[in-house]
Amino acid sequence: MAVEALGATVVVSTPRRRDGRWLWVLPPLVLIGVLVVYPLVLVAIESIPAWGDVVGSAEFRDALVRTVQIAVSSTVGCLVVGTFLAVVISFVPFPGARVVAGLVDTMLALPSFLVALSFTFIYGTTGILRAGGFLTSPWAVVLAEVTFYTPFVMRPLLAAMSRLPRAQLDVAASLGAGPWRVLRQVVLPEVRPALVAGGGLTLLLTLNEFGIVLFLGAKGTTTLPMLVHTKGIVMFDYPGACAIAVVQIALSLGLYAVLRMALGGRRARLD
Amino acid sequence: MLVWTRSGKAIVWTAFAVVFGLLVLLPFLVVIAAAFAGSWNGVLPSDLTGEHLRQALSGDELASLSVSLQTAFMGGLLAVLFGTWGAMAAHGSRFARAADAMHHLPIAVPSVVVGLGLLVAFSRQPVLLNGTKWIVVIAHLVLMVAFSYGTVAAALQRVDPSYADVAASLGASPARVLWRVRLPMLLPAISSAAGLSVALSMGEVGATIMVYPASWRTLPVSIFALTDRGQTFVAAAEAVVLLATTVVLVLILDRLRGRAAER
Repeated sequence: MAVEALGATVVVSTPRRRDGRWLWVLPPLVLIGVLVVYPLVLVAIESIPAWGDVVGSAEFRDALVRTVQIAVSSTVGCLVVGTFLAVVISFVPFPGARVVAGLVDTMLALPSFLVALSFTFIYGTTGILRAGGFLTSPWAVVLAEVTFYTPFVMRPLLAAMSRLPRAQLDVAASLGAGPWRVLRQVVLPEVRPALVAGGGLTLLLTLNEFGIVLFLGAKGTTTLPMLVHTKGIVMFDYPGACAIAVVQIALSLGLYAVLRMALGGRRARLD
Repeated sequence: MLVWTRSGKAIVWTAFAVVFGLLVLLPFLVVIAAAFAGSWNGVLPSDLTGEHLRQALSGDELASLSVSLQTAFMGGLLAVLFGTWGAMAAHGSRFARAADAMHHLPIAVPSVVVGLGLLVAFSRQPVLLNGTKWIVVIAHLVLMVAFSYGTVAAALQRVDPSYADVAASLGASPARVLWRVRLPMLLPAISSAAGLSVALSMGEVGATIMVYPASWRTLPVSIFALTDRGQTFVAAAEAVVLLATTVVLVLILDRLRGRAAER
């Protein structure tokens, strides 16, 4: 309240402070401009001679289809698993549920290739399950991505569910609604924005995923980021790599823009 | 709240344990177990050994750890500096939307493409960085700036700007307001941005593998080289070194945050 009493002073001080203030925003923007925007523009320019060859090639089209397939399947898997785990932690709590929630937070910062590395022990030819064929199929990538990205769906869901008044669930149940009905008609409509945010982020990240695909090294599973790496580093075909990169940039930024619009002015965090 | 019967709860919890344990937790536990296993030909690992860990902490592998730490500190700290600066300067200014979009660019684009861009841009005049460690540091800086910016920008939404206004109205210079009011209020966010940057930098693989020179191999690159050569057990041991180092660094940064909150 004391602050509001000082309102007059604050208003007087504001115009003076505005003067050169916008200059402060320039150095960080110049940094991003030189280190991100300028390189991406060069990538676009370098790609021009290779466009015809790359876009027409079966290798590129297969990788594009495979990338989208893997990303969509993984995202659906993450949404199903993540929703189930978040509902149990939030509404059927058990001793230690908070520890699990904390563990989920930690996993967000771990590198994704750890999951792929573990798969060589679980599904490898000499491993626990000895399902060698599975390891080289696209489904291994999907399973690894579901494992790694499920926490990304859980985090916004857990936050949204903790804001949901428990009384709403109790009232619905006392009026005779079964658990499924409470879930479908009370919980899910309330947490839909969190589902969209988590699912959207996961779709973006799985489209861009590289570590898992690299470590599984599946012969038949070439995604766009993997193709950029192969062309650029293994074959030294910079224009070809740049052309694929441009497609990938368009795909990712397009999805990102759609998400920003879908999530509206609520500034849902996409990072 | 949702499931009322005892048996219903038991079923739900069992399903939870199976899904969470097998799908989410198991892969991480398997890597840790493999690091200490001499062989793994059945359900459980066998021949307990510390040999892989010893290999993971000697020679080239140890050098990789040092390279990763240096990269994480240089790239991460610069990223926190510029991310915080960018978020504070853009907050409430008319450049907020542009700054937001530009800082999110490195996250929205695949890290491999960020790496390719740096490779294309800095293999030519006027700035030649290809083949030096600086191109790796820059790649990490660029990726982590985006995360630091996001963390600090989110915290700025919750900070009450009137404290800074009051300090200014009482005659504090802008520099003093920044140092004594605005930065201390953001300290928890800044230190969690630092923890996130260091952790993500330690595990970064996409951009690094595009730009690294032979003389500057980070831990994830070494781990990949080991798996590529079929030395998966040593790779697992080195992954454990990576995990342990990351956890220790994040815990230290977390302690700093706790101390900052107490003041």
